[in-house]
Amino acid sequence: MTVSTQSANRLLKSIWQNNEAHRLFGFVLGFLVLAVMTGPAGSITAPLSGITGSLGHPRVFVFIALGVGFWLLGLVRLRYGGRIKSANDRVLALPRRLLPDWRVRTPIYLALLAGAIVLPLNLNAFWQEVLVDQIGLYVLLALGLNVVVGFAGLLDLGYVAFFAIGAYSTAYWTGTLPVHPPFHINPFWTIPFAIASAMIAGVILGAPTLRLRGDYLAIVTLGFGEIIEIVANNLSGITGGPQGVVGIPHPSINIFGIHYNFLLNEIPYYYLVLAFVVIVLIAFHFIENSRVGRAWTAIREDEVAAESSGINVLKYKVMAFAIGASTSGFAGMLFASKVSFLEPGDFTVQFSILILVLVIFGGMGSLLGAVVGAAFLQWVPWYERVHPLFGFQDQDLYIYLGALLIVMMIFRPEGLIPSRRRRREIGLAEHGVGSADAMSGPQGPLT
Amino acid sequence: MTTVLESQSAKATGDIVVDVDDVTLRFGGVTSLNRVSLNQVRGELLSVIGPNGAGKTSLFNCLTGVYHPQEGSITFTGADGKSTAIIGRKPHLVNRLGIARTFQTSRLFNALTTFENVKIGIESRQHTGPVGAALRLPRTRREERESDARAFELLEFVGLRDRANDLASSLPYGGRRRLEIARALGTSPQLLLLDEPAAGTNQTEKDELAALVLRVNEELGISVLLIEHDMRLVMAVAQRIIVLNFGRIIASGTPAAVQSDPAVIEAYLGVPAQDVEAADDAPPAENES
Repeated sequence: MTVSTQSANRLLKSIWQNNEAHRLFGFVLGFLVLAVMTGPAGSITAPLSGITGSLGHPRVFVFIALGVGFWLLGLVRLRYGGRIKSANDRVLALPRRLLPDWRVRTPIYLALLAGAIVLPLNLNAFWQEVLVDQIGLYVLLALGLNVVVGFAGLLDLGYVAFFAIGAYSTAYWTGTLPVHPPFHINPFWTIPFAIASAMIAGVILGAPTLRLRGDYLAIVTLGFGEIIEIVANNLSGITGGPQGVVGIPHPSINIFGIHYNFLLNEIPYYYLVLAFVVIVLIAFHFIENSRVGRAWTAIREDEVAAESSGINVLKYKVMAFAIGASTSGFAGMLFASKVSFLEPGDFTVQFSILILVLVIFGGMGSLLGAVVGAAFLQWVPWYERVHPLFGFQDQDLYIYLGALLIVMMIFRPEGLIPSRRRRREIGLAEHGVGSADAMSGPQGPLT
Repeated sequence: MTTVLESQSAKATGDIVVDVDDVTLRFGGVTSLNRVSLNQVRGELLSVIGPNGAGKTSLFNCLTGVYHPQEGSITFTGADGKSTAIIGRKPHLVNRLGIARTFQTSRLFNALTTFENVKIGIESRQHTGPVGAALRLPRTRREERESDARAFELLEFVGLRDRANDLASSLPYGGRRRLEIARALGTSPQLLLLDEPAAGTNQTEKDELAALVLRVNEELGISVLLIEHDMRLVMAVAQRIIVLNFGRIIASGTPAAVQSDPAVIEAYLGVPAQDVEAADDAPPAENES
């Protein structure tokens, strides 16, 4: 009897002193917290129903299993990480060698494009709408912000401002705002106006603020995003105020004998977005691999050295800002003319953060990453809304997104599909050479 | 009492590439440069030496537009004879005038290849904008070919041609120093400022660097202003030496003359014991950052 108690004690003690046991405990606890957070909400009549409903429900086992699963994943990574990596390298050796070759890449891209063209044709109206409103638009926004954050390394937390400016300028030129333009035009022809006004706003905001570095820039852009929302809310005489703008017409084309009205049909919007995404992808790809893109990389890596190498740092920063802003402006035009209804509540800081999350998730500085990251992260919640898994609730979306980002930053800080340069930067930063991003504050002294 | 020594021969020829006149730089109460005057003849290989904290790097930062001294003037005269004031100009505009520099601790773009590092320097003189780049206009492609060719030339010149596709961070210390020089040369300078290029390198690398600095000066005809701690290197390459101590110029002249100057020996080795009592009456020298 005493012998068995002693051995049980020893067993408990050894478990308690075991690091892995600690980790297991931590993982399970973390997932139990997640179970409570994602479970049903409590109410006044039954204040504990939030806890009993989540921990007393069979779904708790799913969360415990997930905790154990993640713990096991860590164990496997610890024990076989090296072997998995080398096997991975062996399997990927051929694709890695072939992929940089444009003769291999071009057919793949063309096939993907063909897939994207036929994609909406066999989807129902709901998924077509998701494809345009939730995926296409956000891919475009992520691509634009990627120029600012990924290429030039500027943390912009007020990206929504340019989206709002694009949307409101579309409303203005179609004559749906309380103030009227000198002439009314169809939303399709407001594209250049929306792009130009967002770009001008980008330059106006950028020229004075981009002299700031790191955190200060982030704070100023955050403020700008807020200002736009507040202005939209309070300047009722111009923006329509909190009631918003109603009845923005749908785009139509009446030129060269072509008469086409977009109306409520999703397909034409989809192709408009797709065309723009393709144009933007090609343009940004060429820019990234040009003098301009290299100057951005130089600024991102070492602003002082870039300046001393003759690069006009401010000019290139404003350029990145303006390019990002104009992409956002186009997205705003599309949003306004498709939904045909605007309100200041569409343009919150949360929106800016979401786009930033899409960019970081996909891989900062990576065009393909921005597309895949945005498409994936925007698709999953909508899929979950239709087929809820583990009791997914809409209002919990940001909890999951936050958790995903934390996991991502620990295990794959460079993002889903990182750019080559960015991956190198992070790798070097881990070895203590340079900082991984220009946004991490002022540079060291000039010695 | 400030000692101002200037090269008389420079004044005689009149072809001065950079003229520093009575420059004083202060940070709060700390005087980093105290009424420094010097000038460099075009094509000259001039070296600035001095103990740690003497103000050498501050002088460089004034020359490149990073620091803006409170007093004095700095004038750069290009090969076309046009003189421009440096103070108040931004670093990239100073670079555009024809003054390129390297840093004491090398500041390369570590995640880029050796080739790309040099290309960035060259491209700062080109004109392709985002629209040209996005559409790959003929001019963009032509500039791209030009900068490629020039980058290979410069890598060849500094002896890094075979490491063109390696990451800058993978280079050995001496290689990083040479790459920094290549990047600076890419901006087609008339005056090259080298801030301790041999710091942290071994003897072989030092010899290679000395040879490279001489070639930059002689083959390319670029004026070189060199800050260096390694006396052997300085004595081997410099045509004239200026010695700074506590932000002041204490000596100037040929390597041999400077080497035997008592003020220089004192600055480097300290005051001989019998002089200390006499020096006690003198006002204490200012501190320096």
